[in-house]
Amino acid sequence: MLPIVSQVTLATLGLALLIVMVRLIKGPTLPDRIVAMDLLGMLVVGLIVVLAGWSGVRATLDAAIVIALVGFLGTVAYATYVERGDTR
Amino acid sequence: MTDIVTAVVWLAGSGFALLAAVGVLRMPDVFTRMQASTKASTLGLACLLIGTAIQLGDFAACIRAASIGAFVLLTTPVSGLVIARASYFAGVPLWKGTVLDERRAPAPAVSPRPSA
Repeated sequence: MLPIVSQVTLATLGLALLIVMVRLIKGPTLPDRIVAMDLLGMLVVGLIVVLAGWSGVRATLDAAIVIALVGFLGTVAYATYVERGDTR
Repeated sequence: MTDIVTAVVWLAGSGFALLAAVGVLRMPDVFTRMQASTKASTLGLACLLIGTAIQLGDFAACIRAASIGAFVLLTTPVSGLVIARASYFAGVPLWKGTVLDERRAPAPAVSPRPSA
């Protein structure tokens, strides 16, 4: 049962990634794209976590930690860039 | 038993992640989009982490999953606040149906307070 459930979970997360990519391409202003990038990093972390639980490889969780940290730092950096510049 | 619990929690987590994505696509404003994305994605990721920790059942895996969860719970509100603040002060237009904007310059008071 678990392989089917994990495949359904991964497919749902992939669909969410596609929907967020639509907003990332369409987004009228720069903060829209930043929000989409933040959510994209979050979804990638969730995907890696599900993959680690499915395959049983513990070392994959370290990659999830690193991606969460880098995504947060990137979001804060983009926000400070927006706060002083224009928002195209 | 652990497979059933893992399946339920994983399906719930992916559903919340999909809800976050749909909210980011369909909300009318930067601020409402950020609202949808931060809350729903935090809940979804917490559910996925619980499912993985149950499935692996290892001490090291549980500690790693708990550390990811704690980090996400700490950083997501901060990143949402920073994005909202930056986009507000950069002049991103609000949605036309917004009813309250508390950060705008306040209107002059009707009866000024007498100076003591």
